[in-house]
Amino acid sequence: MIIIGELLNSTREKIRKALAEKDAAFLQDLAIKQQDAGVSYIDVNAGAFAERELDVLEWLIKVVREVTDLPLSIDSPKPEALALGCRLAGDDVILNSITAEQNNFRSIVPIIREFNTKVIALPMDHTGLSEDEGKIFSIANSLIESLGKEGVSPDRIFIDPLIRPIATNTVYGPLALNLIRRFASSFPETRRICGLSNVSFGLPKRKTVNQTFLIMAMASGLDAAIMDPLDEALMSQVKAAQALLDLDPYCMNYINAMR
Amino acid sequence: MNLLDSIKDNVICGNSDLNSPIRKGERGVKELVSQALEQGVSPREILDEGLVKGMDVIGRRFKANEIYVPEVLIAARAMKAGMAILKEPLAQTGSKPLGTLIIGTVKGDLHDIGKNLVAMMMEGAGFKIVDLEIDVSQEKFMNAMKENPDAIVGMSALLTNTMVGMEGNIKAFREAGLSNPVMIGGAPVDEEFAKKIGASGYAKDAATAVEVAKQLLGLN
Repeated sequence: MIIIGELLNSTREKIRKALAEKDAAFLQDLAIKQQDAGVSYIDVNAGAFAERELDVLEWLIKVVREVTDLPLSIDSPKPEALALGCRLAGDDVILNSITAEQNNFRSIVPIIREFNTKVIALPMDHTGLSEDEGKIFSIANSLIESLGKEGVSPDRIFIDPLIRPIATNTVYGPLALNLIRRFASSFPETRRICGLSNVSFGLPKRKTVNQTFLIMAMASGLDAAIMDPLDEALMSQVKAAQALLDLDPYCMNYINAMR
Repeated sequence: MNLLDSIKDNVICGNSDLNSPIRKGERGVKELVSQALEQGVSPREILDEGLVKGMDVIGRRFKANEIYVPEVLIAARAMKAGMAILKEPLAQTGSKPLGTLIIGTVKGDLHDIGKNLVAMMMEGAGFKIVDLEIDVSQEKFMNAMKENPDAIVGMSALLTNTMVGMEGNIKAFREAGLSNPVMIGGAPVDEEFAKKIGASGYAKDAATAVEVAKQLLGLN
């Protein structure tokens, strides 16, 4: 299971404030806490600063790099921001994200190639987010194929089932789980990823929904998540689920984490 | 309970009709509105004292975090079931809506949950809704504004890279001489941003959107 720590995101109010005030200590503390919690990547997002995004992102990455060498996930829809992030972040970057919409695809592929990055692939095209399982699956299929033609092998692709809030329609739960299952069986070399907290929008005790969904999704073939690694219950459940799915030989990770 | 209170109560609990899963088998908003019309209650009174009052309670409870998104959605569905019956009689009696709201998610953004919640609460408060849906171009907003010169415009965004489009939109509206009040909302925007781009109002949630819209029309 690959965990990407989601906390350094400028759409969160505390982070936006810390970025605006250049509160490096606060941001560095969050980076270290996420590292200590065992994340594989730290997501960085400065998108809330609109036209100042590049400057703020540059500063954020520098500040994070002063305290940790963990690989980063560069989170922006802007190709310029992704490229800048790659130049500053060092090796093993994840680009968050690319879609099947042609303009987006064409502008981001060169960055994946130049910096030899991994990428989170969102199966949506110019028609937007589909509600139809078959259609989402077929967009995912052609997106993975198109990336392959550009030299991006499946093991560098994190495919996302585009989880939507079950508060608005309860079919979104099974829709996401079915897609994860189909992605896992049809594209076993890719990773299946999701942004976890979306699923619980609009509901009480969101953490409970996130935790339950994560376990169900892992059982369906999810093997990466963008999530809050400081949620201790969630992290423990990830480790227990891995042991239960025979992904943790002799349960040693689980034992060591719980001891 | 009198009939209008009962309509209000069934909007609040989300019982749209006899077959809805809420209070299954009990008459819902649809049947009760029909009954009220048969008894000669005026359509306006059914709307104001039944449906709108119900949605008003939903709005207040949602804002106070006492109820959650699915509860708002089923209440709105019940309200709409009543509106479907009332539409014709309201038009016949020449009853006018509180105002008109043109609403859409800005260009490049495909998110509709927040936009839909606002549209529902505004409709529940008695506004006529012109829903331009998602990924709405400047031109589309402007055409709707020309057709509805008295309307308020509501623009929504969830993405940080689309919120900047709001600024260009407002500029273009004003340059084209369209003076409709514009309110904005969505996760990445705030009061400060609204002021900066010259929006007339900012609402942090759907219930607040109703208050802001009423203020903009001088109704509060």
